Amino acid sequence: MRKQYEKEALVRHPKASPDESVAAVTISRRGLLRAAALGGIGVGVLGVMTESLAAASQPATTTPTGPIKQWCMVIDLRLCNGCKLCTTACQTAHYLHEDQTWMNVYTMQNAAGEDYFMPRPCMMCEDPACVPVCPVGANFRTPEGLTLVDQSKCIGTRICMNACPYDARYFNWSEAIPAPRQPFKQEPEWPVPQVKGTVGKCIECAAMLPSGQLPECATNCPMGVIYFGDLTSDVAVDGMGNTIKISTYLADNDAVVFKEEYGTHPRVYYIPGHGQDLNNNSSAS
Amino acid sequence: MTNVIVPAAKRGRGEHANSELRRVALRPVLETPRWWWPSVATLSVVVVLGVVAWVYQVVNGLGTAGYNDGAFWAIYEANLVTFIGVSYGGAVVSAILRLTHASWRAPLTRIAEATALVSLPIGMVFIIPHLGNPSKIWELVWPTYWNLSSPILWDFFAVSTYLLATIVFFYLPLIPDAAIALERFDDVTPSVRVKVRRSLYRVLAGRYGDTPYERRRLNGAIGVVAIMIIPMAVSVHSVLSFAFASSSRAGYMETILPVYFVVAALYSGVALVVLTIAASRKLFHLEAFISPRHFVRLGFLMIAFGAAYLYLTFTEYLIDGYSGTAGASAWVYQIVAGRYAIPFWIYFFAGGVVPIVIMMFRRFRTTSGVVIASIFVVFALWIKRLVIVVPPATEPLVNSPLAKGGVLAGNWGTYHFTWVPISITVAATAAIPLLLLVVFRFVPILSISEMEELAESEVTTGTQEVGA
Repeated sequence: MRKQYEKEALVRHPKASPDESVAAVTISRRGLLRAAALGGIGVGVLGVMTESLAAASQPATTTPTGPIKQWCMVIDLRLCNGCKLCTTACQTAHYLHEDQTWMNVYTMQNAAGEDYFMPRPCMMCEDPACVPVCPVGANFRTPEGLTLVDQSKCIGTRICMNACPYDARYFNWSEAIPAPRQPFKQEPEWPVPQVKGTVGKCIECAAMLPSGQLPECATNCPMGVIYFGDLTSDVAVDGMGNTIKISTYLADNDAVVFKEEYGTHPRVYYIPGHGQDLNNNSSAS
Repeated sequence: MTNVIVPAAKRGRGEHANSELRRVALRPVLETPRWWWPSVATLSVVVVLGVVAWVYQVVNGLGTAGYNDGAFWAIYEANLVTFIGVSYGGAVVSAILRLTHASWRAPLTRIAEATALVSLPIGMVFIIPHLGNPSKIWELVWPTYWNLSSPILWDFFAVSTYLLATIVFFYLPLIPDAAIALERFDDVTPSVRVKVRRSLYRVLAGRYGDTPYERRRLNGAIGVVAIMIIPMAVSVHSVLSFAFASSSRAGYMETILPVYFVVAALYSGVALVVLTIAASRKLFHLEAFISPRHFVRLGFLMIAFGAAYLYLTFTEYLIDGYSGTAGASAWVYQIVAGRYAIPFWIYFFAGGVVPIVIMMFRRFRTTSGVVIASIFVVFALWIKRLVIVVPPATEPLVNSPLAKGGVLAGNWGTYHFTWVPISITVAATAAIPLLLLVVFRFVPILSISEMEELAESEVTTGTQEVGA
């Protein structure tokens, strides 16, 4: 069963296989840089570095029993009407300022010059550009494939905002909105309230996922645009209660990822359908 | 404790003991000019106001400095690059001219090295207002937090190493001068001021006795450091540019950026050295040793770098602008014709055209001409750093500018200056003369032993005069 899924997923998204992307070392430009840095540095420093890299890639998260979930999102652009209820739901849940649009709905134009809407959460890249650039290792990727920020470590250099090709990171330029007592501990999985002077971003409501809840944006979308699911079980659901088999849904609807040419391998898949200019030269593999 | 300093007469250089050179070079150390305290007080007030502004920023968040998510890097990053950049003047005037045996450098080296010594730490201080959460800055020096794949950490290492090298490069030529000053203070009536300086010089001079052997070893060490500091200086600004260039953002992701940064630093560094030398010459009456020819030579050195910088700018913008791609072209068009056109053309005329025109014609090529050109260069290169840092940081990455109405369209972010970063910038600018005034109260303003050595060798070999 797993093998069958992986085969299908690999056809369209060569890097979507959860086991490979988490466990195996793939050579990317950042991997290359890292390797070059490793080669040039003495053994003593090497120990420190591997330690910090290991710390960065394996945070203390609660791993659910059974196979590790690999969270992903499928956004059906055909259905989005640009109401931005996802944005407001996200900002309400995380006590964000108005301009901190972790889930941002962009008004785009298709090739015919007509407007369409594109919700943009964090892409939860398999090869994130933001993680290796942080000088203190405040960014990390969980075993479930979520890229998170440890705001207790972040010193606020903002170089991750420079690195992210999706403008998905938002700084806390002033004091955060005070939040009442939260159901979760204040940790990278639920950074509420935000910490002044650090970077925040979409967490796909990481703390809510183990209990089977959908992220706020998916729950509150009245159009059923946002599917949230798990690549290992190959199932995603939207806020309307629709369930899809991810691999077939992506294949049947010609799913694409945003800015594929950047090599970040996002785990947010878009279903186009407005005659969009996909802005890449690759024929979507 | 025995005095290890060999009396001047025994060293065979006693004829210098009361020379004009020593008198002039040590006068600022011994006598407080009437303008000294008022100047130091005024500059200190400006610096304190900058610190107050920074405290306000820490309390109220980085948003008070005009930053927002549409412009995440701006003035502090530009200042960091600018102030570290101007410290290059010390390396170039002192190290490069030393290695090329340009003997006219001798009266300028101390002032140039001191300028580097004070401007580099001021540049490094800009790391602090740049950070959103400065209370956690210790993580940068705590190895378990280090993420060695981060360009910011490379910056931090490179700049720290360069600071160490700059301190050593300032200190080594100072050793014989400290010995000279110590000896000079033998016959001065001891007051508190003199005692403080005597103990300082005793520490600085160590056991240096100016024997031929010691002199040879010291010159060898200075030569080694002079060679080492040049690749170090090049690496600092290259690595500084990596923080910008190692990203996928159009305008930052430029392979030309390291070279561009190094040349800009050399250009503005020579300009600042011209300004500090001109000011020191006037204030401390060094006209007998620093002549108009020095300024003209420094001016030529400066516009050589200026022309190279203009060339690099042209190359970069032509190639990116011509490509017609959504990111790179839109960015170039915004700079030359869009929302960043005014600062860019200010740089072009003030930092490109005016200095070259001044140095091109003999009638403008005077001391004041070179000084005016240098003022233009320092200011224009600060503007240029803003033009390098701000546009890519305000670039909309999701809404491709080309998608809506061409290269000049798009939802670009905006950076607004506020009083907070302006007062911090003014404070940093004031800190340079402030620290120089303090340094020259303790350290001979001219490199006495170097000038005497060169004068001696000129007597014997009949080569070029120091003051020529």
